[in-house]
Amino acid sequence: MFIGRGPFVSLLAILTLACSALAHVNSSAPSHPSNSQVILATTTSIQDSGLLDVLLPMFERRTGYVVKPIAVGSGQALALGKRGEADVLLVHSPDAELEFMAAGHGVDRRLVMHNHFVLVGPLEDPAGIRGIRSTTEAFERIAATGALFISRGDGSGTDVLEKKLWARLGDVPLGKSWYQETGQGMGATLNIAAEKRGYTLTDRGTYLARRKGLSLEIMVEEDGALLNVYHIIQVNPDRSSVVNAAGARAFADFIVSPEAQAMIGEFGVSQFGEPLFIPDAGKREEGLGK
Amino acid sequence: MERATVNQTILRAEELLVQRAGRTVLDIPLLEVSRGETLAILGPNGAGKSTLLLTLALLLSPTKGRLWFDGLLIDRRVDWVALRRRMAVVFQEPLLLDLSVYENVTLGLQLRGVPVSERARRAWYWLEQFGIADLARRPARDLSGGEAQRTSLARAFALSPEILFLDEPFAGLDAPTRAEVIEHVAAVIRDAGITTVLVTHERDEALALGNRVGVLIDGRLVQLDRPEIVFSAPTSPEVAAFVGVETVVSGYVVAYQDGVASVRVGPHIVEAVAAVHPGRAVWVCLRPEDVTLWSEDAVGESSARNRLIGHVVHLRPVGSQVRVTVDCGFPVVALITRHSAQALSLNLGQRVMIAFKASAVHLVGR
Amino acid sequence: MDLVIEGARQAMIMLFTGDPELWSVIWLSLQVSGTATLLSLLLGIPIGTVLALTDFPGRRIIVSLVNTAMGLPPVVVGLFVTILLWRSGPLGFLRLLYTPAAMVIAQCILATPIVTGLTLAAMQALNPKLRLQILALGATRIQLLWLLIREARLPLLAAIMAGFGGAISEVGASMMVGGNIQGQTRVLTTAAVMETARGNFAMAIALSLVLLLLMLCVNAVLTMIQQHRRPL
Repeated sequence: MFIGRGPFVSLLAILTLACSALAHVNSSAPSHPSNSQVILATTTSIQDSGLLDVLLPMFERRTGYVVKPIAVGSGQALALGKRGEADVLLVHSPDAELEFMAAGHGVDRRLVMHNHFVLVGPLEDPAGIRGIRSTTEAFERIAATGALFISRGDGSGTDVLEKKLWARLGDVPLGKSWYQETGQGMGATLNIAAEKRGYTLTDRGTYLARRKGLSLEIMVEEDGALLNVYHIIQVNPDRSSVVNAAGARAFADFIVSPEAQAMIGEFGVSQFGEPLFIPDAGKREEGLGK
Repeated sequence: MERATVNQTILRAEELLVQRAGRTVLDIPLLEVSRGETLAILGPNGAGKSTLLLTLALLLSPTKGRLWFDGLLIDRRVDWVALRRRMAVVFQEPLLLDLSVYENVTLGLQLRGVPVSERARRAWYWLEQFGIADLARRPARDLSGGEAQRTSLARAFALSPEILFLDEPFAGLDAPTRAEVIEHVAAVIRDAGITTVLVTHERDEALALGNRVGVLIDGRLVQLDRPEIVFSAPTSPEVAAFVGVETVVSGYVVAYQDGVASVRVGPHIVEAVAAVHPGRAVWVCLRPEDVTLWSEDAVGESSARNRLIGHVVHLRPVGSQVRVTVDCGFPVVALITRHSAQALSLNLGQRVMIAFKASAVHLVGR
Repeated sequence: MDLVIEGARQAMIMLFTGDPELWSVIWLSLQVSGTATLLSLLLGIPIGTVLALTDFPGRRIIVSLVNTAMGLPPVVVGLFVTILLWRSGPLGFLRLLYTPAAMVIAQCILATPIVTGLTLAAMQALNPKLRLQILALGATRIQLLWLLIREARLPLLAAIMAGFGGAISEVGASMMVGGNIQGQTRVLTTAAVMETARGNFAMAIALSLVLLLLMLCVNAVLTMIQQHRRPL
């Protein structure tokens, strides 16, 4: 029947075939806990470092859970937790986290790891801050010389810390021509800082992972004020009926387990000659970085 | 509905009213189409001809009115698709689908679920009839205008419709093709005895095909009668204006030589430039502006080939001109200037000579 | 320029060595955008056809809405789909957020107005009398629709190309509703964005080139079909 023939119909048929397998995309886990999906809200710095690419397959193989890591700023991660849109949070914004816990949105906040923030800038160092020990002092010089500073401006843990450091000098220099916010993740912000020859505050892990392609150098490091601490928080299941509490606990237990901690300690060594994160499970936060 | 006898009226419309944007496009108190006849609806552009045809073919719902097909009153409860499958329509444009010629001709049959072998039988028959069998495998879009319209006609005839609607089907064709196709269609309709409704603005088409001619002006059917009556005795000035006040008389060809046909009309022989073989029945058509008037004794003065003597039976001023009807065994209408009329001091009953060139005579087969 | 060459080299190596991650991303992109396009055709072609062939009160408003929606910003679609699919949202019980299905929904919402609008234009470009002729040949409503769609199939192929192009090249909504999860919802565009952020420019370029190559292949196939029976 010629009405039913022709390229138009065969095209539709091909499309249908090509799509039929789609239903099976999500069925790779070995065993299936009753609620197998765990939504992990984490930071772009973790995602961009590639750490999750090695941690998650191990967890999924072992437990049968499927983790959906959503890479957002710490601010948005906490907001998703507050709404019950995520089950477990891996974040680095201590003050906001404490607020989150105090409001009863989370349970069982545990220390996972840390690294340091570093203040990076262009090789020519227009503000002359290379080698200064105190970040506050370095910021003072940048403000005084009006050298370009690139801020995340996205409410992430990095952003919150950076704003806190500026606040120590008085006001955050919002609106100043030399102070620019990108509103993007760490990786993108580093690109922009490199292109515009500005200073920026970054976590060491992302910087090390990205260093090769950037004309940015570390200006200030090993300042106690630049400690970057990651905690794992399970979202309070009492606040929202949709939270996968068991899955969240399983992941939180996993990431502080000796195997996962060992893996974190190894991550990046072969590529950068030093680990991107220092595993800290079971340590006391006050003792870090000393 | 029980029908004791075969219903002679296949299509009947009553109180048909079509309005568009508050304007009345069509207003037909009564129209009947008899089985086997060919009804030609003649009218100027914009008269509502297509609207009438679409309404009768169940392709347009009238604003008001009742329609019967084969004795069945057509309302919302009847199956319009089933009724349309007993009809066929050919439009001015061929409106072929992007298929081969053969597939176009079988399309209607395929839509009806007619078996393949039967489709093939009918399609080939009509492809042969319209002389396009050798084009059967060609894509329809590669056809010339004439070939495409033949395909469209074959497609309609292949459906063996109980009634055939033709909406200016010859208007898009060039002159030689047009004459050929008209003659062909007329013969096929006559031979197959298919009930046909034709709408057209061409007088010769109405004459060539119609058993009856209806004149549609401004949505009203102002005259409906046998063709020669409509053309020779218009009932109103509107009809007269549209049919061109033409002289239309029947005759038959008695001789043909060197491109000139001699036609016997009543007691006279009229010569016409036309390629028509002797024995053919024709309509002799003459435009009034092509007819000149002379005094009876001025026989030698006109060079025109046709010169006839008659007497004036009708005189009517039309603007700066005068419309004169002369009876010379059959009525001939002439349009002359007032000045000439005064020069001839025309009066009713006066004997005059009329003259017209052989090339001014138009023959239409009947 | 070195980067582009390096990216192209890397793309070729990954394509021809059958890099499993790259191929899974390509396959998922095809599946998600293919399904979204298919759904948008199933919705858009009938809607566009009906809009072209019928007249009813409010038709003009719908037509202008469709035309506006042809340029829907993906981010807006992504945001609204995210809110709808949130676990605490109205459709949260479906558990679709951060799945390929959510991306299909978002891309379908983006592609459907494109397909609808182009179908509408294609159908309106047909001779309006053709419809009467097909009805006069005794077609039922379904037969009429099918024959008209068949007549307009060349411009409709353009609608398919535009729909698929819109779906597969879109990134904002896919990122928001899919989450760019490795092995689950990572498609070419979101992967390219991520690799750019990670500073793996060569990889990002490789992904972009693959995306271009893919669109080129799909459009080449469709164009071949479209031009197949066209006289010169």
